[in-house]
Amino acid sequence: MAGGHVEGRVGGVGHLVVHGHSPVHRLAPEAKVVATFAFVICVALTPREQIWAFGVHAAVAISIVALAGVPTRVLLARLAVIIPFLTFAVLVPFVAGGEEVDVLGVGLSRDGLWGAWNVAAKASIGATASIILSATTSVPEILKALTRLRVPRVLVSIMSFMMRYLDLLVDQLGRMRTSMTARCHDPRWLWQAKPIASSAGALFVRSYERGERVHQAMLSRGFSGTMPDTEERATPGADWARAALPPVVALAALLSAVVL
Amino acid sequence: MSCTTIEVSDLRFTYPGSHHHVLDGLSASIAEGERVALLGPNGSGKTTFVLHLNGLLTLQFGSIRIGDLEMGEENLPEIRRRVGAVFQDADDQLFMQSVREDVAFGPANLGVPRAELDAVVERALGQVGAEALIDRTPHHLSGGEKRRVAIATVLAMDPHALVLDEPTSGLDPVGRRELAELLAGLPQTQLVVTHDLPFALQTCPRSMIVSGGRVVADGSTREILSNAELLAANRLELPYGFDVSSL
Repeated sequence: MAGGHVEGRVGGVGHLVVHGHSPVHRLAPEAKVVATFAFVICVALTPREQIWAFGVHAAVAISIVALAGVPTRVLLARLAVIIPFLTFAVLVPFVAGGEEVDVLGVGLSRDGLWGAWNVAAKASIGATASIILSATTSVPEILKALTRLRVPRVLVSIMSFMMRYLDLLVDQLGRMRTSMTARCHDPRWLWQAKPIASSAGALFVRSYERGERVHQAMLSRGFSGTMPDTEERATPGADWARAALPPVVALAALLSAVVL
Repeated sequence: MSCTTIEVSDLRFTYPGSHHHVLDGLSASIAEGERVALLGPNGSGKTTFVLHLNGLLTLQFGSIRIGDLEMGEENLPEIRRRVGAVFQDADDQLFMQSVREDVAFGPANLGVPRAELDAVVERALGQVGAEALIDRTPHHLSGGEKRRVAIATVLAMDPHALVLDEPTSGLDPVGRRELAELLAGLPQTQLVVTHDLPFALQTCPRSMIVSGGRVVADGSTREILSNAELLAANRLELPYGFDVSSL
């Protein structure tokens, strides 16, 4: 019962960081969080017809990937999360209505093509930005950054507990599945899903009980309803300035795209 | 200094919705600096007793005194500072993102200024020999490391007494021996709740057996463990091949 079982397990949120000492890694986390958010907003607002503006956004993102030293292989593997969106984007030109254009003998919707391009470009550039953030900033750092950015403490605490216990939960689920497999459970069809549903229930109850025990452990160390602030450190002005660079370039591209 | 003694008298407790007395007239007295093992089978009320000592369960009947303080709402913060509870599953106790934050949690709640926190954390980790773990993530530690850090989280609150619930569960033999050495080196009054009888013999000169929610035996650990009838009557058993008289 005592948690000797989790060591050696690889995976989970703790392993997103690509270790390095690049200027991107060294930036204050709160500056990175704000910069990423601002950059993604600029990308999302860029009109889809201004292809060159997306070129600028992509160039900014790719140069930061290079600066941070995130390997291309890692970047591409993590970009896989947007595949469902891309699949959807590919379908759009076939199903959308309106004026048709002839592409390699197939009549595709012009509006649909723009829609597909819009989704593909924004999703891949946006995802790249968040991959850079998660690859250069550990989860605890991001959580501390949110606290410093005055995100309500309760929300940050909830996220923090979720991150802390997610690995444990996944581990517990893994052990339950192992024990099912060991007893020849080999689900292939929907009607064989009952044990999985009941293990989800068991997991819920266990998590609830753990929640109670953690709360008791917190009370016994003087918890009175608010998480103590154990660290306060001013964000260096230079970090804000450096982190502002990518969103400022993206904003310039956005504004020119809108005006021109 | 009388403030570290623990005096428990006629403790009775029933969980809501049940008629079973988990604690049924439990009385005990532990003097300053003593290391006492609390032995008992599963379901004998040991953990319920531990939760009482930290004010985590509301007193229903009886009294608890920690030094000169009577257990009650108004004394809770100070009692929780004085009595450091180390729970059975270290994953319940280590809930922050880093060992440093976890050890700082208690003292920060007590109002230790931020400038002094680092020193408090380092001192507490130093006491358990875990300085090197300070920037690690708790869930990536080994069982033994987790146990040490869990003890450091309460030592950081400068407690007078430690209450450890099944401290050896999940530890390998080396981790177990290191824990015994660590406990022997700490000056605090200690109550070690366990059914690991050799561990009790190794760390605690005195033992109490709890059964049916009350103390049924109290004496030197060696004598209690030598009394096979007493152990058998309380569903306790020495490991195969273990002979107290040979030690």
